[in-house]
Amino acid sequence: MFRKPNPSSGVPIYVQLKEQVRHAIETGALCAGDQLPGIRSLAETLVINPNTVIKVYRELEQEGLLEIRHGLGAFILSRHRRAKTEGMRDAQQLVRELVETLKDEGLDEGAIRRLFEAELAGELQRR
Amino acid sequence: MTAVIETESLKKTYGKHEAVRGLNLCVEAGSVCAFLGQNGAGKSSTIKMLLGMIHPTSGTGRVLGHRIDKERESLLIRQNVAFVAEDKRLYDYMTVAQIVRFTKSFFPGWKRDLEQRLLAQFELPLDRKVRQLSKGMRTKLTLLLGFARGCELLILDEPTEGLDPVAIEDVLQIVVSLAAQGTTVFFSSHQIAEVEQVADHVLMIDRGQLVLDAPMDQVKEEYRHIHAVFPEPVEERDLRLPGVEKVQTEGRTVSLTASHNVDSIVAHVRMLRARSVDVLPVSLKEIFLEKVRARG
Repeated sequence: MFRKPNPSSGVPIYVQLKEQVRHAIETGALCAGDQLPGIRSLAETLVINPNTVIKVYRELEQEGLLEIRHGLGAFILSRHRRAKTEGMRDAQQLVRELVETLKDEGLDEGAIRRLFEAELAGELQRR
Repeated sequence: MTAVIETESLKKTYGKHEAVRGLNLCVEAGSVCAFLGQNGAGKSSTIKMLLGMIHPTSGTGRVLGHRIDKERESLLIRQNVAFVAEDKRLYDYMTVAQIVRFTKSFFPGWKRDLEQRLLAQFELPLDRKVRQLSKGMRTKLTLLLGFARGCELLILDEPTEGLDPVAIEDVLQIVVSLAAQGTTVFFSSHQIAEVEQVADHVLMIDRGQLVLDAPMDQVKEEYRHIHAVFPEPVEERDLRLPGVEKVQTEGRTVSLTASHNVDSIVAHVRMLRARSVDVLPVSLKEIFLEKVRARG
């Protein structure tokens, strides 16, 4: 399924392999639930460093494209779950920005936490 | 991360010739580390010191936690490290089958499956005397004897020297396979393409000194050529910034090699009113040539 990366190009091998996995998902060659090759078998097939394969799978997991189930392997996530993880990531970014703004306004961590908790508690009461 | 190989100011002189001049190496467990250098750069002398085969003139080191300069400890190193030497020394009077059986008897962790697989894959004739093997076959046999030992550290000195491209790919495949099973691999080479393909860390040595020590991905991501054209000729000293390894000026054209800090360098070059700025990737081969020539 995957081609041997070109080691002599200026692009790191892990970036090339990541692109290949992304492309396979976009074209439908890999669908939700499909299992990716094991680390050792992919390293042997492409004759690349196994740590490179590990890095690719980890980064794609962080980007929400796949899921690593321990002892079982790496699996492609469905678009729905992908959207969900993406949504969470966006939300986290919003929270981060808000926290930073509040800190700039001079609020300390304790105050920010209390505001968040009060807001969530109020939300619950209003319901 | 634990280090399986560490050296401190390791030196080796032969008469007046300084072969190794103060090496500080660190190879982490689980990595495939390439030891790159020209012929005569000090690679083999370093490897022989790591294995206690020659004594350092000064400095020290540890392999798998054992001191390389202590007789008793270096014996433990040789017992627990699989080593394939550059000269591929073998008992010429034995047949292939005999030398495999002989070597196997010393190593309790011998990997029989791998031995069988490699005998077939390398098409080694069991009944032939070692003396009658071709150069390529000798290399394959020595590699087999090293690979099948089942050690946690594998040290290879120019493993693919004299092999054809098919055999080289076979050897690299075994290297990645062993690495995937947890073996640390330290191999010397001057074949840049194979280093780029399988190594995750590069050590580059020139005239006995380390000139590069970095993860392969970092080398690929951070080393850049920057070409800039200015309206007026510029002074070289205006371009000496952190990260700039080399500056070449030719009238109004400047070409820089940067090892890191590329964004700030580009910003600085723009500030000097460069008309055009191009940033290009650098191959390991170019880095190697520059490192070696820069010192020449």
